[in-house]
Formats: sequence, structure tokens, C-alpha cells
Amino acid sequence: MNKRHLYLLASVLAFVAAAVFIYKLFVLKFPLSPRAKTDAWDVEVRVTFDAADTPVKVYLQLPRTGVRYAVVDEQFISRGYGMNIRRSETGRQAVWSVRKVSGRQVLYYRATIRPAPKERGRGQPAKSPPVEPHGFEGAELIAAQAILEDVRAHSADVETMVSELIKRLGPAGNLADTTGQANLLLGRQPTNTRRLDVSVRVLALAGIPARVIHGIRLETLARAATKVQWLDVYHGNAWHAYDANTGEPGIPDRYLRWWSGKGSLASITGGQKLHTQMSVSLNKEAALLSAQWRERATRPALFRFSLLGLPIATQAVYHVLLMVPLGVFFLVILRNVIGIKTFGTFMPVLIALAFRETQLALGIVLFTLLVGLGLGIRFYLERLKLLLVPRLAAVLIVVIFLMALITVVTYNLGLHRGLSVALFPMVIMTMTIERMSIVWEERGPLEALQQGLGSMVAAVIAYLIMSIVAIQHLVFVFPELLLALLAGTLLLGRYSGYRLLELARFKVLAKETQ
Amino acid sequence: MFRIARGLRQAGVMGINRRNAEYTLIHNARRLYPLVDDKHRTKQLAQRAGIAVPELYATIEIERQVRDLPDILVPHTEFVIKPAQGSGGDGIVVITGRSGEWYRKAGGILVSEGELKHHVSNILSGVYSLGGHPDKALVEYLVKFDPVFANVTYQGVPDIRIIVFLGVPVMAMVRLPTRMSNGKANLHQGAIGAGIDIATGTTLTAVWGNEVITQHPDTGNGVSGVAIPSWDRLLELAARCYELTGLGYQSVDIVLDQDKGPLILELNARPGLNIQIANRTGLLNRLRAIEANRHRLVNVAERLAFAKHTFQVNP
Repeated sequence: MNKRHLYLLASVLAFVAAAVFIYKLFVLKFPLSPRAKTDAWDVEVRVTFDAADTPVKVYLQLPRTGVRYAVVDEQFISRGYGMNIRRSETGRQAVWSVRKVSGRQVLYYRATIRPAPKERGRGQPAKSPPVEPHGFEGAELIAAQAILEDVRAHSADVETMVSELIKRLGPAGNLADTTGQANLLLGRQPTNTRRLDVSVRVLALAGIPARVIHGIRLETLARAATKVQWLDVYHGNAWHAYDANTGEPGIPDRYLRWWSGKGSLASITGGQKLHTQMSVSLNKEAALLSAQWRERATRPALFRFSLLGLPIATQAVYHVLLMVPLGVFFLVILRNVIGIKTFGTFMPVLIALAFRETQLALGIVLFTLLVGLGLGIRFYLERLKLLLVPRLAAVLIVVIFLMALITVVTYNLGLHRGLSVALFPMVIMTMTIERMSIVWEERGPLEALQQGLGSMVAAVIAYLIMSIVAIQHLVFVFPELLLALLAGTLLLGRYSGYRLLELARFKVLAKETQ
Repeated sequence: MFRIARGLRQAGVMGINRRNAEYTLIHNARRLYPLVDDKHRTKQLAQRAGIAVPELYATIEIERQVRDLPDILVPHTEFVIKPAQGSGGDGIVVITGRSGEWYRKAGGILVSEGELKHHVSNILSGVYSLGGHPDKALVEYLVKFDPVFANVTYQGVPDIRIIVFLGVPVMAMVRLPTRMSNGKANLHQGAIGAGIDIATGTTLTAVWGNEVITQHPDTGNGVSGVAIPSWDRLLELAARCYELTGLGYQSVDIVLDQDKGPLILELNARPGLNIQIANRTGLLNRLRAIEANRHRLVNVAERLAFAKHTFQVNP
């Protein structure tokens, strides 16, 4: 009625949409295209052991979000086990427990690792952590003191001292070890872990808190991840990492800190032959998730009230739901601007949603098959002169039966996609069949087939539009764009021009004036 | 494509979007729709206003009454069964006679009592009604049409449709059933539409499907130049429907009965646009002329005079 009101409303909606969109795009740096990628890794720990009808407890060290990397999307796959996570000095620990189990057991831990934003530093301990007792006695104590004095003499500060110590006790340290003190402490053929452990104890002797860090290298793909250890030393009010081999301060990027201390990755009570395997693989995921993550760390409130704050499973639902407005919008165009006739106003959009699962070609075949068979049944039921509601119910039952039949047949033919026929909206299909048969009888097969084809074309177009990945991404990351779509729909609501198919219908009249 | 659109705009042809956005949505209050969507109510309304309608023999409202259908039909050999809220002529059955237990449809096809009952029960469950609401079935007088169109009709009843805007008859056509339309008077089912000169009441050219014709495809007689008797009465009846329903934009379907004269069959609040093809003229220019002069078109006489003067077709 009042066009100015409508235009005002539409422009306000469009303006809000544009403003929020621009803010998110340029200030929050949300990615415009789904192709922008960033690095992320999937890590997996597979724990196997044998159990013999006894209560079992399995402890597994877990990685923790740190300065460099964030741990997201953790999954614990352990059917029948109780599971809880404990936090301790050395890190996080998963505890699986079960009352009675026998045979070979497999437990999985999976997580996604992403680079943490640079600006985000984890809170450093305000006061110095306690120094563990060094536990040296007798000859060992003397040797350790000798090494410490020697190292002190060769260094200027804690940093250089730690480097020097690691060198002395490291594999290359043998040449410098003229007195055999290091050999005395390390024993024969020391492991890397042993060397670091001794370093920690020597530092403890000097009153410097230190700990061994166990981690893995984040690689492109490794079935057995490379385990690495390094030394963490507390000085100058912060923990500092030192490379276990060179003794240089700092460790390479791509080292994921997993746990600290002397303990091993996993331990067990009540089971045998505990074996762990860590694997890592690169997960080139959309930059989107990184942007989200950045937002989660810095702007929790804004994040909490957006779709990206929802659980992954719910997000998946909205990935689909947010495409429906687009399908509906194009249906408005098809019906009011082009003039295609369809059965039921929004039926094609629902069919298009089903096409998402079946894929287009098979979807069309299944849809045609289902409607065709349904129509046949419906024409037969017409002879029985049934009342409307029981007739609809009968058609619905037959439609479901046909769906089951198609599924069984296609499955046996090896077409597994046929299983998705169950996703067709059966009530809508039933109504379509009923409406089509009425039109068939009242207006003839031509009109019925025309409208049936119109519905199908509309569904296909809606499907094609709804399956454009770039648009899916845009609508999901910037749902405010739907406000602009709403504005467009409102404007189309007052579109009073000709429909495309009317041009053909009234063509005679145009010719006469010319 | 754009040339056609421009040509249509110049010719003042109205599309369905414009009809909805600028006429029905604006001039027809939604609360008035039931008056015309339910033919039973239209009939009562018209009778109260002294406007002639086909006599109602019976109304069937609940499924239980379907069983009594044969008893209800006993006194009548010719009748029409129609859904009260049907649209576009769907669900209308015309019975022209009997043969024992059987009823003869307009096309000569015999239907059994059971089939007729099933049809009525379909009507009740809302198969033909707008939006699938439960409906009523009306059994009414079968119009014996005036012989004026006998030569250009293949079975069925020809009816005259007049579009009335703000009480002024805008455009009219007569719809002639053909073999293709199964005796029905709906253009999309294959009936012929012939435009009518508002001023004189004589038919102009005709369209059948999308083609312009001059002869009836079944009878071969010319469809143009047929003068409709008592045209002024028809115009007046149509014009009065504005006061009857209050709908600004509506169509009035009238049949000419040889005994009872013009009878109003039904009113429609969303009349189709084919009438423009039948008249080979757009509606918009005429509608705008009425809007421009609406202040001086108060009573029926003024409105009729305006229509006849403004919308006459020069021979």
C-alpha cells in the first residue's frame, strides 16, 4: 500500500546487512571465500592393550593448549569405558576405566591442533615453581657438583649455563667429558630422556626449576609421529625451552608440547602389553575456523552470540537451514517474475534439500520414479472411491513402501546412493501425487505434466543454487546477508511488472499496438 | 523480450502481479473474500438483494448426507452439482438427464450413482476448494440457456463475464464451451472467449487457446457480431454487485436463462486476465480512467453511463 514505507524498511534491512557484513569482513577479518586455507593438524593416539577379565584403568597424557598451538575438537573413542580428564602438574590426563573387560582393547584419542594467535600469551606463573629434589648421593653428587661448577665457569647467565649443561650432557658432550663425570651420571648408552632427566636434576642442584617436556613434531603425514623432548627451564620469571640436542634456547616451530615430567605417555593398571601409537596428519582446513578461533580468544561475547559458537553438529544443521532462504528467494523469482507453475508453494525447495543427499542425477531419477509409481497407485485407488483422508493416508503408506523398495533394489544393485531416497519428504511427495492426479483428471495430462515438470525444474534450480559452495560459505559466515535477501523478497512482494511467461501469453496484444 | 514488454505496457495489458499488487490486494478487503469464495453465501446475499440466481435445490454439508443423495435428487432430472468453494470451474458436474439408475453428464457420458456419491464426498473433503478446506456441495438448477448462443456453443452453458471495478463495468466477454472444454466454460480448459463491446453488448473477436478465431471450431458458426439481449440489464446487475459485496475489483459471471432471464452464477475476487486476450485490449487504461473519475461515479446510473461512453469500441 505505502510504497515509501516498504522502500524504507527494505533499505534499512539492506543497510544493516551491509554494515554488519563490512564490519565482519574488514574488522574481524572473516574470510570471504572458503578457499583461504591455513595449517591445522589432526593428531591421534591409538592405545592398545590386553585385558583378562579384570578392572582396568588406562591413563593417557593429553596435549594442552599452549602458547603456540591450540587443541580443539577433542574426541575420545572408547565404547563401554568410563572416561574423565584430570588436570595435574604435568598436564592433562585422560583416565579410562572399566569394571570388567577381556581380550584385546583399542582406545583412541583424536584432536585437531591449530596455531594459536601470536598475541595470546598463557599466564606465566607469578612466583617461582618449587625445585624438585635432585636426589644425587655420594659419587654422583660430587660428579654433579663438578659439572655444575665447570658449567658455571663457562657461562655468563642462566641461559648460557643451561645451554652449556645440555651440551656437556648431550651426545656431543662426550668429547669434552675428560673427567668422566658425565658418563658417571648418565650411565651406559643413555637415552635422550635420560640425558634430559639428569640435566633437570643438575639444575635442581643449582636451585633452578626445570622439567622435561615431551612432544611430537607436527608433520604432513606420519603414521608414527616423531617424538621429541626438550628442556623447560624457569628463569627470569618465565619458562624457557632449550633444544635437547644443541642446547640452544628455543625450540623449532612445529613442535607440539604434549606432557611434561618423567612419566610416560600412557600407563595402565589391570592390563598387559600396553602399546601406544601416535600419528599426525596435516589438515588443511578452511581459514574460517582459524578466524573463529581468533575471535574466541579475544572477543568471547560477540563470538558466543554467533552461529560459529555453536557445537559443530548444530552448525551443520544451520549450514543447510541457512540455504533454504536462498532457495525460497529464487522460488519467488521463478513464480512471480518468470511465472513457472509448481505443485505446492515451497515443495521444490524441500525436494531440492533431498537432492543434496541423493545428488542431482539420481535425485531426479528417484523423484520421477517415486511420483510416477505413486501416480499409478493413486489412479488405481481412484477406482475404489475412497474418501480423501484415508486415500491420502493410503498413498502415503504406498509411497513409503515404494521408498523402501527402491532402497532395497538399488542397494542390491550396488548403488549405495539409492539409500538416500529415504530423505525425500514423503508427506510432500504424497500431496504432490494427490494434487497432480487431480490436475491430471480436471485439466488433462498436459497441464499435470507441465506443472510436474515446472516443480522439477524449480527444484533443480533451487538445488543448483543451494549447492554453490561459495554461497554456502558466505551465508553461513555472514548470516546477516539474509537480511538483504529479506529486503529483496519484500521488494519482490510489490513487483507489479509482467511475468516472463505472460509476455508469451499476451504477445498477441503487444503486436496489435505496433 | 523487452520489446514485447514495452508493447504490452503501451497497450495497457495487466499482468498477474499488477492485478494482485495494485488491484485485488488494495481494493478487495480480505474479510470480504468469503462472500464470493463460498458460492452458497454469494447466493444468499444476491437473493436478499433481489438479484436473480439459479435456484438452490439442496446443500450437502456432511458425509452422512451423501448416502441420501439419490433421495435428494429424485425430483430433479437436470441439475448441477458444484463445490461451494471451488475455483476455476473445477469439480462441477452437469447432469442433463437420467437413464434408469444412471445419470447422464453434459457430454452424454453416463455415470453411476456410486460415482456421483464419490464425487460429492470428494467435494466435501475439500479436494476442489481453495486451500483444501472442507467444503459443501451445492445441487442447483441447470440453466436452460438462451438460444442467442446456441449456434456457437458445443454443449454446456455459455456464460458472460463482466469485470467490475469500483462498481463500473470495465470489460466483458462471453465464454463458449467447446468439445475440447468438455462443455465447461473455462478458457484454460479449452472454451472460447469472445470479447463484448460494453456499449452495445455485441460480441467482438474471439480467442481459442492462444489463437484469434472468427468461427466456432465445433459448429463452424461465426462468433463475432452476436448481440446479447437485454445487455443493459446485465450491466446493471453487474454494477450492483459492487454494493452487494463491497469488493472493489471483481468479476461477475452471468448466464442467460431462456425462462428466467439473466442469473448470476458466481462472483470472483481474483478474476483471470484472459479477458484481455478475448477483447484484444489491455485492462489498465480502462481501470485508470475509472480511478481518475471515481469521485463522480457515485450511483449505478452514473457508472453505467460512464462505462458505455468511455469503453465503447468504435466499429
